[in-house]
Amino acid sequence: MTRLTVNGTPVEVTTDPRAPLLDVLRGELGLAGTRFGCGEGMCGACFVLLDGRVTAACDTPLSAAAGRAVVTVEGLAPGDEAHPVQRAILAEQAGQCGYCLSGMMVSAAALLAADPRPSEEDVVAALDRNLCRCGVHRRIVRAVLRAAE
Amino acid sequence: MSVSVEPDGVILVRAGKVELGQGVLTALAQIAADALGADLAQVRMVPANTGEGPDEGLTAGSMSIARSGPALRESCARVRAAFVAEAARRWDVSPAEVTVRGGEFRHGAETTTYADLAKAVLAAEAQETTEPGATAEAGAAAEPTTGQAGEPGAEAAVFVGVSVPRLDLPDKVAGRPRFVHDLRLPGQLYGRVLRPPSPAARLTGLAPNEDGSTHENGSTHVVRDGSFLGVLAETEPEADRALARLRRAAAWDEHDTLPDEHDLHGYLRKGPHETIRVHPAPQTGATPAPQTGATPAPQTGATPEAGAGTAHRATYSRPFLAHASIAPSCAAARWNSDGSLEVWSHTQGVYPLRAALARVLGLAADRVEVRHVEGAGCYGHNGADDVALDAALLARAVPGRPVHVRWSRRDELTWAPFGSAMSVDVAAEVDAAGRVAAWTYEIWSQGHTSRPGYAGVPGLLAAAHLEQPWEHPAAADPAPAAGSGMARNAVPIYDFPRVEVTGHRLLETPIRSSALRSLGAFMNVFAIESFMDELALAAGRDPLAYRLDCLSDPRGRAVLRRAADAAGWGRPGLGLGFARYKGNGAYCAAVAEVEAEHDVRVRRLTLAVDVGRVVNPDGVRNQIEGGAIQAASWTLKERVRFDRRRITSGDWESYPILRFSETPEVAVELVEHPGTPSVGAGEAAQGPVAAAIANALASAIGVRVRDLPLTPEAVLKAIE
Repeated sequence: MTRLTVNGTPVEVTTDPRAPLLDVLRGELGLAGTRFGCGEGMCGACFVLLDGRVTAACDTPLSAAAGRAVVTVEGLAPGDEAHPVQRAILAEQAGQCGYCLSGMMVSAAALLAADPRPSEEDVVAALDRNLCRCGVHRRIVRAVLRAAE
Repeated sequence: MSVSVEPDGVILVRAGKVELGQGVLTALAQIAADALGADLAQVRMVPANTGEGPDEGLTAGSMSIARSGPALRESCARVRAAFVAEAARRWDVSPAEVTVRGGEFRHGAETTTYADLAKAVLAAEAQETTEPGATAEAGAAAEPTTGQAGEPGAEAAVFVGVSVPRLDLPDKVAGRPRFVHDLRLPGQLYGRVLRPPSPAARLTGLAPNEDGSTHENGSTHVVRDGSFLGVLAETEPEADRALARLRRAAAWDEHDTLPDEHDLHGYLRKGPHETIRVHPAPQTGATPAPQTGATPAPQTGATPEAGAGTAHRATYSRPFLAHASIAPSCAAARWNSDGSLEVWSHTQGVYPLRAALARVLGLAADRVEVRHVEGAGCYGHNGADDVALDAALLARAVPGRPVHVRWSRRDELTWAPFGSAMSVDVAAEVDAAGRVAAWTYEIWSQGHTSRPGYAGVPGLLAAAHLEQPWEHPAAADPAPAAGSGMARNAVPIYDFPRVEVTGHRLLETPIRSSALRSLGAFMNVFAIESFMDELALAAGRDPLAYRLDCLSDPRGRAVLRRAADAAGWGRPGLGLGFARYKGNGAYCAAVAEVEAEHDVRVRRLTLAVDVGRVVNPDGVRNQIEGGAIQAASWTLKERVRFDRRRITSGDWESYPILRFSETPEVAVELVEHPGTPSVGAGEAAQGPVAAAIANALASAIGVRVRDLPLTPEAVLKAIE
């Protein structure tokens, strides 16, 4: 049994503590928004906030999240509300396939939490560990800057 | 194509096309809503499904809007006409007096809706067709009352031409389950496949306790068929651990079958080839014959020839490229107790996949149902079809239970088909003014399609690994009518007096290749447009003026000028690339602005595009922007790596793609041609962007790099 907080709610999970946090989120906890991309922490599709820090859930074992607070894309904003980054992504239509977006929005939310008025260079730097293959990069940068307004 | 109205007024559209991340279902919904006179909100695009949808083949080749748009318009117009006729009957007026807009039918003060009329229309049609449960299917109703069915302009444009937001994006932004990866079917098991370590490897044995299809340790299950090896488990972590055990237990016989990655020109030119005359088109009845002649060596330079002006020639190449989607391929399958098979897949074609699965598995096609579920971005023939067979093979071991299979990142980057490497010779004779008098162009390439059903075989990866294996011939090329493969965009758009184009397709290949966004056009436009700049430079001409002098196509001229104007043409460090995709599709011109210090950086890309009538302006911009950024990534960084035995570029370090910090700003100019038919936008930017970047690099530092990618090493090599 591992205890942790997910999107503000304390939970107890029975998955093997050696299992990747990503599998626990998508499996036992049924939160599909965090995506598997590479399993090696190299693409950002599985980014979550772990005690507020952007973390790859695919190569973080559940045991490393014990007693800590995890925030996924589903929990960026309370309840059914949308985080400003989520609203801005829709406003800018900053998506094509959308598979990378969860991790992008987690990175962006962490940036805005630390720096509500980032420069374009700050946004680019904050997203540099997130890969996108459809080529929506510039729209996402615009969306994050819009969310900061 | 089928369109039906539900009793509640919801209009179900089965277009047979699939969402690949390109927004096509949104665009088709816009077309349907206008043709129906309906509100967009009442139109529902039904995912493609062999159980009930039409067979529209593949969603590929930038053909969905051009081909399906008119067909969808016609189907919707027929449905609308049936409802108009019912409203007219009810009000005792002529159908011509009934208008429909926003889903509301009106005559004077009388109004009604699709929902109000649905019951009566359904009843009338049930009577006509005597088929129980018939809906207002397209084709079963009267002719449309106004305009010509299928023609743009027959109905009011309310949604067509407007930047309607993507219908699928809200779910994806909220993180809701939407992808095939998110499927959780009742009783679902998780499967993993242990792919061979190299393309020619064969399984020779499994260490004790892990052989055969017996239960492994109570909760996991090994499946073996020849060299196909997989595991099943109740959870993903268990499946991954079982896969790791299996990897340690498996012994393989491997062979060195791969070419020298540093001599792609030599590999591609060695043969045996099938040689085809691309232009002038051969006489009908002529059959191309395989030939294994001498290997022409790449040549580059200018040689004066007496009496024939000046001859220029150059050789260009591109490496193998990976699809490199952010998600690895994924599928689910279930064998039912009656022997039928259900498959959930992000394939580009549910029907071709069904046929291929049925052949490998020895089933009648109607015993297989394939349902489309979205995957991550699809840029051509990736692993989507292959993983569907993997899921079916694993699910066969556990009848009644759904099996969900996801590839690893390494499998995705090393086992999905690649876009073929290509080598090209271009030669031109120019007159004293530098104008082209004769142009010859010769291509060496692997084929560009091994999609399910190609060359008469299923073409699914695991089929080649079974105990009774399917042979997979070298990749073929689509027919010229389907846009060709290596020869796509090989015939230049310019007004040259004499043009000869020849292609040589490799017939024996150890590396699997298939369709990747724009197929041969990426390479051919890169080569043609690079060479145009070389000719302009040799003639002392401005590259834009040089092109305009030999381009009579007015839409092409407009697009070139628009891109040049928007980019501020005339400054140093800019480069131009231009093509009309497939010779009959979208016009696209790109201007790149490049800086080269430690590496090559593209600061800005400015593109002008003419896709005819624009269905969704922001959708077109998004496709062109994305295509441009992906093409910049291919051009600057990408190259499948291998040694003589294994594909070695199996992760994001060994196969890097463009990152945020490397991504150029992209500006898109839409050159509107509302009176001309819509053509696809998805692949138009690939070739022009590659050429624009190479030409900008040459303009910036005076170095011509002819072998992609344009890495610092390639630049240094070109300087030497």
